[in-house]
Amino acid sequence: MSNIREKISTLLPEAVIEDGDIMQVTVPDAKWHDFAKSLRNDADLSFDFLVTIVGMDWKENGMGCVYYLTSTKFNTHLAVKVMATGDRERPLIHSIFDLWAIATIYEREVYDFFGIIFINNPDMRRLFLNLDWKGYPLRKDYDEDPSINPVSIENERQTDFTDVWIETADGKIEKHERRIFQPEDFVVNIGPQHPATHGVLRFRTAIDGETIKKIDIYLGYIHRGVEKIYEKLTYPQTLHFMDRLDYFSAHPYHHCLCMLIEEAAGIEISRRAQVIRVLMDELSRIASHCLFIGTYCMDLGATTMLFYTLRVREQILDIMEKTCGARMTFNYDCIGGVMQDLHPDFVKDVHALLDVLPANIKEYNKIFTGNVIARNRMENVGVLTREDAISWAVTGPNGRGSGWACDVRKCAPYSIYSELDFEEVVREEGDSMARFKVRMDEMVQSARIIAQLVDNIPEGDYCVKVPKVLKLPVGHWFKMVEGCRGTFGIYLESDGTTNPYRLKIAPPCLPAAAVVDHITDGQKIADLITIGGSLDYIVPDIDR
Amino acid sequence: MQDLSVGTAWLHSFLTDYIPEWAAVTLECLLIGVGLMLLYAVLALFYILFERKVCAYFQCRLGPNRVGPWGLMQSIADMFKILIKELISLNHIDKFLFALAPYLVIIASMLAFAVLPWGNGLQIIDFNVGIFFLLAVSSIGVLGILLAGWSSNNKFTLIGALRSGAQMVSYELSMGLCVVTMVVMAGTMSVGGIVEAQNHLWFIFSGHIPAIIAFVIFMIAGTAETNRGPFDLPEAESELTAGYHTEYSGIHFGFFYLAEYLNLFIVSGVAALLFFGGWMPLHIPGLDAFNHVMDYIPSFVWFIGKAIALSFIIIWFKWTFPRLRIDQLLTLEWKYLLPINLFNLVLMVIVVTFGLYL
Amino acid sequence: MPYEAWKDNEYIEDLVKKLQESGTNVVVGSFDKLINWGRSNSIWPLTFATSCCGIEFVSLGAARYDMARFGWEVARASPRQADFMMVAGTIVHRMVPVFRRLYDQLAEPKYVIACGSCAISGGPFKKSYHVAMGIEDIVPVDVFIPGCPPRPEAMIYGIMQLSRKIKVEKFFGGVNRQEKQAEFLKAHPVPGVND
Repeated sequence: MSNIREKISTLLPEAVIEDGDIMQVTVPDAKWHDFAKSLRNDADLSFDFLVTIVGMDWKENGMGCVYYLTSTKFNTHLAVKVMATGDRERPLIHSIFDLWAIATIYEREVYDFFGIIFINNPDMRRLFLNLDWKGYPLRKDYDEDPSINPVSIENERQTDFTDVWIETADGKIEKHERRIFQPEDFVVNIGPQHPATHGVLRFRTAIDGETIKKIDIYLGYIHRGVEKIYEKLTYPQTLHFMDRLDYFSAHPYHHCLCMLIEEAAGIEISRRAQVIRVLMDELSRIASHCLFIGTYCMDLGATTMLFYTLRVREQILDIMEKTCGARMTFNYDCIGGVMQDLHPDFVKDVHALLDVLPANIKEYNKIFTGNVIARNRMENVGVLTREDAISWAVTGPNGRGSGWACDVRKCAPYSIYSELDFEEVVREEGDSMARFKVRMDEMVQSARIIAQLVDNIPEGDYCVKVPKVLKLPVGHWFKMVEGCRGTFGIYLESDGTTNPYRLKIAPPCLPAAAVVDHITDGQKIADLITIGGSLDYIVPDIDR
Repeated sequence: MQDLSVGTAWLHSFLTDYIPEWAAVTLECLLIGVGLMLLYAVLALFYILFERKVCAYFQCRLGPNRVGPWGLMQSIADMFKILIKELISLNHIDKFLFALAPYLVIIASMLAFAVLPWGNGLQIIDFNVGIFFLLAVSSIGVLGILLAGWSSNNKFTLIGALRSGAQMVSYELSMGLCVVTMVVMAGTMSVGGIVEAQNHLWFIFSGHIPAIIAFVIFMIAGTAETNRGPFDLPEAESELTAGYHTEYSGIHFGFFYLAEYLNLFIVSGVAALLFFGGWMPLHIPGLDAFNHVMDYIPSFVWFIGKAIALSFIIIWFKWTFPRLRIDQLLTLEWKYLLPINLFNLVLMVIVVTFGLYL
Repeated sequence: MPYEAWKDNEYIEDLVKKLQESGTNVVVGSFDKLINWGRSNSIWPLTFATSCCGIEFVSLGAARYDMARFGWEVARASPRQADFMMVAGTIVHRMVPVFRRLYDQLAEPKYVIACGSCAISGGPFKKSYHVAMGIEDIVPVDVFIPGCPPRPEAMIYGIMQLSRKIKVEKFFGGVNRQEKQAEFLKAHPVPGVND
């Protein structure tokens, strides 16, 4: 930590450094791009993974962004705060799209929610909302009157142009127009209602015969404005939305927010609750990967696999239902522990699951993995190199399929993961097959974790006493967990009241969807399905 | 073996006793036409239910079982529904071609029915190039699919149709070559002649190695010809929504749906004809008692039974394998099946010339 | 399920009573019966899911709940060929035009099931700036299935209610449901058709 501090003070003497569990540096916008370049390229710093960009509106104190950076080499974290220049009508920050590829999408998101314009970003369109949406919803002075933005059955405006703000040599900011598709392109619209997009995702695809030339991704068909709703809710109320983002990772996501609030409020939870949470996380990881394998095989045309994998998933859902009382939206983890104690049958049921799981995984491999058609469809299709995976922030099984050991459970262990014995599954190939196999092997590892814990659940309280009205101290926190689909982060800023001032979710699926254009280049239309399926994004998680 | 042509000959002579010959033939044609249509509908309904049940059992499910006993009435309910479903009229399409396409597809499969050997003496028309005629008419279907995709004025249907064109034209080659291989074996192109040639033993046994190779290739090419999984690219649901028939609704869609199942029957029927003796019962040289018992099973039961058993294999493919990609599909045909097929044809000629068959 | 529990839908009881009052021709009546038997036993869904409820819909098709038993498993990806639309999940502002277009593309007779609290009223996202508060303002809805998400059993019950509703329809004359639909469409016209 201290050497990063020294290094930064030599690089940029005017930077304001603020200690915390993640060090935060405040940088003026004029120096930001150069500073970012040295953060990324300096051999001693090498912050090559941009976790998220949190847009912020501090009312009269101006607007800005907090960038969360991680170094995959040294496993260090850093937050950089950049205040926007210009007035509220046109706040400006320099873009860093040329350093981290994923910044293109993250900056569009900030622009969509806060209206902050990123200079030089090649694509400054709205990301989630219509082109004609009035106002920037996450600004504190946003007018939510439904008559301003009414529900309309008129088709949304469609354009092939995007705005670019370019800084000229003499420091002036000019607005230009840039074409996304050329007039001669044959553009096929795939989605939002399409069987293979796993929800309401939309790709505008320029194709040449069966070969893909370019994909332009459209999001927001299930954008529910969760981050805005959070600001109106008390802390315990915020929890249940975690179930409805990535509905397969409901437990890990809950775990993340609970840990964050507990850390902020200084609540210690019992070991029993920790173990139960981890057990539930790993069970949902198996269930999620089961569904992935099933739907992926269905996308490739092998429908029958879905029914075999769903059999195991139903068994896991039964276990969860007995304890949590629901099949999908569990709302089980709560501040201070978990909602209910485990069902008396829990241990027995989990053992029954662990008994059948290896045979099932073997069966899946037998039916599908070795099949010559499946191998031809998946091997060397959609290759994502390690460098690209980091630059595009593609985490989770997708990143590990590209040889990037990015498992938060290993590199920044939380809860009781540091005591557990399991391997991080990493494969080097980076193609669709690798992503598929990583998930297959992760099921085995999750089963291993469960087997270690299920017989040693300690006695104790499942939930500690928490004040009825929960107020957090003024401050900001950032926490990451390993969701079923990758690194899931939450940024929380509190102004000392019962409601969060800003609660930003950094979903793992947004980078996975953003990278589709990059890795489908030159592939066939059928490969788009293979690649999209192997990335396994959940659209409500992307759109929030 | 009871010869059903006795019945048909009696009907003909009965009619010619009372009405002139031309009228009798016209009347017979009408009767056959009506019978064929009925058979067509019944077979299609049966096949739809059969596939749904089979796939359900593959997937540890029960399949339709609420409508009628064991769900037997399910496809009849579906038929009533689809008959009175709205036919959506679209703007900006080629209305004539759009309406023509489903009929082309269904007529192609109906024509092929004419030469199938339903039973001993139960063949509608038996002429000297029967099998050739069958190949010719079954390729009209691809025209219908191309027209459907083109006239819908929709990018998905267009891609589906072009895929289908490439696929069907390629795999027709393999199918044709398989047929030629077996024609070499039979020494005739007449469907009746091919069946008769298998009187003592089915070709799959008597032709041994080349016949088995031809059979395997025929099944692969046949699956591709009928646009079924793993070759269902023209209507790949996860890629092109419903492929070339995305824009069709109501009974027009029903025609495509029916034709798909009927083509399945035709392909398996032709496979039964070429390799498993058509309506010919299982005869093993030397076992006269056994052969005699087999003769008691009616010939049309043999034919339909064989065809259904073979279509079961094709359905099995669909619910097991993932789908191929278009370039892999064409590679399979042009780089593997076609050379093997040509080699196999030479092998068959050698086998026949030197009398190496059983 | 006991028969009494199955017959507890007052709305349909009323509908049947009203229809019986008006009386019908024997021939037409029996044709209607045949057609309605076909329609009510063959309802094919459109594969349409936006969020969580869609996954429960997948479970509905899987081995444990197996909607194929009722003949509902022929999920069509093209709206032209589907009979009903299970609105499984939240409909947001940006999705509304797409959703409405899908509804317009369905061939008659078409039905809509609002599945889950988001589709019924906006559900947990009631306070959101970008969620349509219920789909009733966008398309006419036939059956509501409450739950967040509804269990597959609830979905089976809901589709069975739809099937009952179809059974009391009239194809020839005296169409009950479709009049309501026409009124609805008049009040919410399709954009671009009359210009």
